[in-house]
Amino acid sequence: MLISYNWLKEYVNIEISPSELADKITKSGIEVEMVESLNKGISGVVVGYVQECIQHPNADKLRVCKVDIGQGEVSQIVCGAPNVAQGQKVAVAVPGAVLPGNFKIKKAKLRGEESHGMICSLQELGVDTKLVLKEYATGIFVMPSDAEPGSDALEYLNLNDHVLELGLTPNRADCLNVLGVAYEVAAILEQDVKLPDTSYTASEEKAEDFISVNIESLEDNPYYGAMIIRDVKIGPSPLWMQNRLMASGIRPINNIVDITNYVLLEYGQPLHAFDYNRLGSKEIVVRRAAEGEHIQTLDDQDRTLKDTHLVITNGKEPIAVAGVMGGATSEVQPDTTNVLLEAAYFASGRVRAASKDLGLRSEASSRYEKGIDRNRVYAAAKRAAALMAEIAGGRVAEGIVEAGKREVNTYTVNMDVSRMNGLLGTSITSEQTAAIFDRLGFSYKESDGIFEVVVPSRRPDITIEADLIEEAGRIYGYDRIPTTYLLSEARPGGLTESQAKRRGIRNYLEGAGLYQAVTYALTTPEKSTHFSYNGDAVYPISVAHPMSEERSTLRMSLLPQLLEVLQYNRNRSMEDLAVYEMGSVFINRQEVLNDLPEEYVFVSGAVTGVFNEHLWQGERKTVDFFVLKGILEGLMSELNLSERITYESGAIENMHPGRTAIVKLDGIPVGFVGQLHPALQKDLDLKDSYVFELNATSLVEAETEQMVYQALPRYPSITRDIALVVDQELPAGDLFTVIQAAGGELLKEVNLFDLYEGEKMEEGKKSLAFSLKYFDPERTLTDEEVVTAHNRVLKSLEEHFGAQLRK
Amino acid sequence: MKDRLEALKVEAIGKINESQDLKDLQAVKVAYLGKKGPITEVLKGMGKLSAEERPVIGAYANEVRDSIQQELDNKQVELENAAISEKLAKETLDVSLPGRPVKKGNSHPLTAVVTEIEDLFLSMGFTIAEGPEVETDYYNFEALNLPKGHPARDMQDSFFITEDILLRTQTSPVQARTMEKHEGQGPVKIISPGKVYRRDNDDATHSHQFMQIEGLVVDQNVRLSDLKGVLETFAKKMFGEDRKIRLRPSFFPFTEPSVEMDISCFKCSGKGCSICKQTGWIEILGAGMVHPNVLEMAGFDSKKYTGFAFGMGPERIAMLKYGIDDIRHFYANDIRFLKQFKKA
Ligand SMILES: [Zn+2]
Repeated sequence: MLISYNWLKEYVNIEISPSELADKITKSGIEVEMVESLNKGISGVVVGYVQECIQHPNADKLRVCKVDIGQGEVSQIVCGAPNVAQGQKVAVAVPGAVLPGNFKIKKAKLRGEESHGMICSLQELGVDTKLVLKEYATGIFVMPSDAEPGSDALEYLNLNDHVLELGLTPNRADCLNVLGVAYEVAAILEQDVKLPDTSYTASEEKAEDFISVNIESLEDNPYYGAMIIRDVKIGPSPLWMQNRLMASGIRPINNIVDITNYVLLEYGQPLHAFDYNRLGSKEIVVRRAAEGEHIQTLDDQDRTLKDTHLVITNGKEPIAVAGVMGGATSEVQPDTTNVLLEAAYFASGRVRAASKDLGLRSEASSRYEKGIDRNRVYAAAKRAAALMAEIAGGRVAEGIVEAGKREVNTYTVNMDVSRMNGLLGTSITSEQTAAIFDRLGFSYKESDGIFEVVVPSRRPDITIEADLIEEAGRIYGYDRIPTTYLLSEARPGGLTESQAKRRGIRNYLEGAGLYQAVTYALTTPEKSTHFSYNGDAVYPISVAHPMSEERSTLRMSLLPQLLEVLQYNRNRSMEDLAVYEMGSVFINRQEVLNDLPEEYVFVSGAVTGVFNEHLWQGERKTVDFFVLKGILEGLMSELNLSERITYESGAIENMHPGRTAIVKLDGIPVGFVGQLHPALQKDLDLKDSYVFELNATSLVEAETEQMVYQALPRYPSITRDIALVVDQELPAGDLFTVIQAAGGELLKEVNLFDLYEGEKMEEGKKSLAFSLKYFDPERTLTDEEVVTAHNRVLKSLEEHFGAQLRK
Repeated sequence: MKDRLEALKVEAIGKINESQDLKDLQAVKVAYLGKKGPITEVLKGMGKLSAEERPVIGAYANEVRDSIQQELDNKQVELENAAISEKLAKETLDVSLPGRPVKKGNSHPLTAVVTEIEDLFLSMGFTIAEGPEVETDYYNFEALNLPKGHPARDMQDSFFITEDILLRTQTSPVQARTMEKHEGQGPVKIISPGKVYRRDNDDATHSHQFMQIEGLVVDQNVRLSDLKGVLETFAKKMFGEDRKIRLRPSFFPFTEPSVEMDISCFKCSGKGCSICKQTGWIEILGAGMVHPNVLEMAGFDSKKYTGFAFGMGPERIAMLKYGIDDIRHFYANDIRFLKQFKKA
């Protein structure tokens, strides 16, 4: 909302500067987002009188003017505007003047003619073209004939004003008008509000002889008032009114339309002026539109209506969409003489429906939607009628023709001073509270610290005690509220076990060399199903109105976005990358989403290129399957899950079929690790890339036993190495399992230290060498014990796999 | 014989001093003190001496032998030290060569900021509450005093999935869920960090997905002045001890009274600069006293219990803290961006 400082001063006494005022308003609860000076650095612009205007001898499009710029001084000025003419009062930038953008005016010769200054358009004085009255939009601005030559043109044009831009929260719709802001400022500055003059002398004619009003549903339209103003003369509105409209961001059109806009800004009450002679009847009927009914609105668009829209009709056909826009047929035109002035209260739901469906948002519709002062409708109507009489020479017919209730009763809300102090932490007295309500213009009764406050109709946002506490608190001043500390008992805060473990996972992965990425949860419908291992019965979840296809569907895997991260960086020549993400995925198993989907926190990583290198010592390790598996093994050890995790080869869509392992916890899949499918790598233009994805929720929620200290070995261990020859397809993991089982209690460590699959081996065979460490923490082992255990291992290996010792 | 011994001693010490290395020294030792050495020879000839002379010469010979041995030992230490020095001199490295890099990643800047804020509130006795990112209309709006058709719903354009299910637009539904779990019994003292979603076009200052951290305290006798205390502690820990805070009245549907908190600008300390838009103050978060309707809907007696809530945006805080000018940097994950946020 744009508020003119000068306009505001008409209703409330302000003795501080615009920026000081803005600061006080902000501190009391309405954020002033900007204070804009309408004088954008202008000086030296005066009123001039064009005494003579002749064609430039050497240029078709230029005129040479003799302009009286006051004190008997007449200057010759060359002007290129098509509308300059003898007899006009104009704004003249004299030599030495400065215009917006620090544009300095100097004496000049234009095609051989002296020019001592410049006759200005409003745009040249810093006014936005879309706010300039249409007839002056492409030329100079012509001022009223009573302007005094030589006087400051900025005063006439109100360009010494300042505009406050208010950032209004939805509860403060009362400040969507100058009067509302005046009440707020009056409360802040401890001043009174001077109301506008709404008096006029009615003619002898009666409005009811010209029109009747009927409302079909009072729920849709609780009040409709119509006034008749006869014999108006359409023309431009006075400069002071145009200036205020422009300062508020509204373009002047003609006196009647400008008055409705002016009163809208002043009172917050939307008004509409119909050309009475073009109504097509002598009645107004307010009803729901018929489904599919048409109206041509005054922007000359044909609109198709719905039965949720409210229309004003002449008893037969719609002549306006209630609260949104008038119809073209009954629009005020240059030849209009009789005006029907509508002042109504439409239900916000009806206005919102039509405004949304028709894509029409206006100053009027947005006010109806946000709520207007129910009891200000009649005053606004009288104000507009008075202005139409004064400015447009109209005769106001007596009375207002009405349907519905003109005003509603106000209500009261109680506030207990002790509860207020309890909630704010203050010690405000009843006397101070009374003074605050006086400043706000709220009437009240008080007994024993309980205030019974009559809520003014302009403040429908106040409905409960807390609302009054806020009003009292903000006027009292939040900077006067003390700083205290919670009285409640101190309890320890802290992370839950899962939260701590999730942090542990992040710290571990970062320690292992991965950078954390954060990507979007919304992706394409296609990508949302990639890498899914959730079975077939999952349904992608798409939002109803996505901003783009690219961000339309919730992810079931973090990998598609991590691959985008690899691509993004690769496109910027960053080829060695190691990233991970921890975030939610969404699994929906319902054909129609009735209940919330399952949500899991996943942790996934993607690594490509060189993982480790130390160039001058010749060390260079490119990522492979075992780099990632090693990271996962370390992670599982960190989570105390190593012994319950298995890696089994398996197939995942978009993964390399021979280089992917399903990760299982207690035999149940919790993720996978492996190389991207080469075809996908090629599609994405990536080098060999390895990824993993784990369900972190499952990992952190797995119950683990309390760690117990293991006695340190005090007795020597005995190590035996064995080299085995087995079938090439036999997974090494199976050998580990069998060795562990057969070795028994005494076998404490098994390490694979060699793998050979070369030409020295028999076809289809490979050799694996293990180092087995035996010990007992309590005593020295005898040779015999070790031999027994070790023979058990060898026997078991032979039985299970036909494994032979390599000769 | 004494003269002979004296001469041998001088000769041996001379040889010792001439020794260049341990090998030379060993040769000297063998030559003079060995079983076939000249001193042994001298001693062998002692039989020819008188009984009076014998012990005198014997003692002298031992003296000579000891002093030669002493000289040998000294020289040995000297030569050994020299050998070590020589070896070390050959082993000297160019210490200016780069070391072997240790592979180490780091947190995303948003996570770093969230973690820092979490730790701060954990130290003040808060716990962390979490909830789903896909929410019901009830918890996201209705339980927070935003019934269907409420104009303030327009403040947040939402990604609806069905009429009743949407991507949460704020982390406040976690507050509603947590209060409900407490079944009307205080105290509640939580923060809820997480991702939220709004229908916005992504540009330098808007993101359709962003982070939020909200806090909630519900108990008997919780006051706006207590909120001020908590927020002041937060502001000083997060932005520096000499920060001042200011509360401005504002509006949020789930709090009444509602406030916005500004901190004194950490760049210019209030004089006015581009960061604070010349006002000396920087808007950091929104807060307020929990609306009685919200308390009642969650099963708390609003006559007995009061509470405060606050909410802030980690993106904004990270942008202020690190001087980042475009919110999209957080989600592009350019590795050159991510690598800048090593833990300090
Ligand atoms: Zn500053």
